Amino acid sequence: MSSTPDTWRKPPFIANRWVRWSVYLGVISYILWVGTSLPVDWERVADGLGRAKRIFGGAFPPSFERSGLLIDGFLESLKIALLATAGGVALSIPIAFMAARNIAPLPIYYLGRAIIIIARSFHPVIVAIIFVKAVGFGPFAGVLTLIVYSIGFVAKMLAERIEEIDFGQVEAMRAAGAPYLSTLFYAIFPQIMPRQIGLSIYQLDSNLRASAVVGIVGAGGIGATLANAFGRYDYDFALAITIVIVGVILISEGISGVIRKRIG
Amino acid sequence: MLKITDLVKRYGTGNPVLKSLDLTIEGESVVSVIGSSGAGKSTLLRCINRLVEPTSGSIELNGTELTSLRGRELRAARRKIGMVFQGFNLVDRLTVMENVQSGRLGYIPTWAAVMRRYPKKDIRRAYELMERVGIAHYANKRADELSGGERQRVGVVRALMQDPEILLADEPTASLDPKTSEQIMGLLRDLAGELKLPVLINIHNVTEAKIYTDRIVGMRYGRIIFDDTPDKLDQEAMDQIYSGSPHADRSEDLKEAS
Repeated sequence: MSSTPDTWRKPPFIANRWVRWSVYLGVISYILWVGTSLPVDWERVADGLGRAKRIFGGAFPPSFERSGLLIDGFLESLKIALLATAGGVALSIPIAFMAARNIAPLPIYYLGRAIIIIARSFHPVIVAIIFVKAVGFGPFAGVLTLIVYSIGFVAKMLAERIEEIDFGQVEAMRAAGAPYLSTLFYAIFPQIMPRQIGLSIYQLDSNLRASAVVGIVGAGGIGATLANAFGRYDYDFALAITIVIVGVILISEGISGVIRKRIG
Repeated sequence: MLKITDLVKRYGTGNPVLKSLDLTIEGESVVSVIGSSGAGKSTLLRCINRLVEPTSGSIELNGTELTSLRGRELRAARRKIGMVFQGFNLVDRLTVMENVQSGRLGYIPTWAAVMRRYPKKDIRRAYELMERVGIAHYANKRADELSGGERQRVGVVRALMQDPEILLADEPTASLDPKTSEQIMGLLRDLAGELKLPVLINIHNVTEAKIYTDRIVGMRYGRIIFDDTPDKLDQEAMDQIYSGSPHADRSEDLKEAS
């Protein structure tokens, strides 16, 4: 008889069994309590079903009669997305350098991180509402909103890439007596360039999608056209817009995917 | 002439990695530094060009005190100290020519570097040196397309482009196969002679140190315990340099201190 054990169990996620079971019980009972205590008015749900039926009934068949309006709206969305991507990426690069722990001094690092956190903490719709209040209805508010949105994503991802660079190349430039900016251009930019291009293309695609959403709260573009169509009970036109939005986003996602794969 | 006096380097509050170390390198000699891992070889080299900040002591290169320099003065001094790295540290995505010219970054304005407007004499010098080490035909290739030996040649040319007064090589052959390794060591020795350049090489391969260098410095835990011509490096000296472990040395020191 050998005393080598022949059974083995994976150690539990939480070692203490009392803590473990109370955590499980607590989570389950909280979810049950929330589910039962949240007010759901089933009569109103039933009413709503009827309304939904009317909306969908009115939406079929989709109407492409006012395709001029549709195309104008889309071109505006595209302009918003392009401008916002250009502005957002241009601002993201210096912010990313500020927010990279391995090259920025500590106070600058915190400032850079703070900018990114603020840009990320609000959904574009909330940012759009603020900008619409600030600069009025229209595409300019949309551009400003999506610039903030782009910074939140591009600067964060780029900062992470900068933190992953091979620092030996920076050391080599320093050892040669290169000044700060020359070091950035020779040792860091070449390393982050592929990621930078990939992020910009992804962000253009993402901004196009978001521009449709922020338009609904008044920031211009196809979203504004969609909101107007709903407001005037033109459900068939609204469906046409929705179909085109989905189509354009599929295409843009496909294109951006292919390009990003190519630069890899 | 490189003159190091009473150099101490301490990381944090621990025991010093370099303990009041003295070393003088004169003329165009090729000097190798040997010693087990953790002996402080790399720290010593990096203190010279201030990639590592010395804790105290003095490092003088041709009359300039290096330890007190800051900003522009430090960069000007670094231009005169070429360095070759174990991992080559080339910019993989740039061409060989751009990598070679990056050795001139301390001399040319940033806009010229960014626009790749290199001075004519720098380009001529780059071709001469690349021709000398046999990589001129790679000028337009990306650095990551080259083999290890070729990449280290780029590293050597980059360092020489600085027009250095001394060349530091931090285990330049440790990532190379034995044959390539000997070629690079031979190249460093020959270039030192041709350019009348003192060279300081950290190396693990004692046989190569004996063949290719004029003088061997043996380090053991932060101190130089051997400094002589290669033929004087006998078994006893080798045992002294490589016996024990840095950790054991460290605890010995602790006992002495208490």
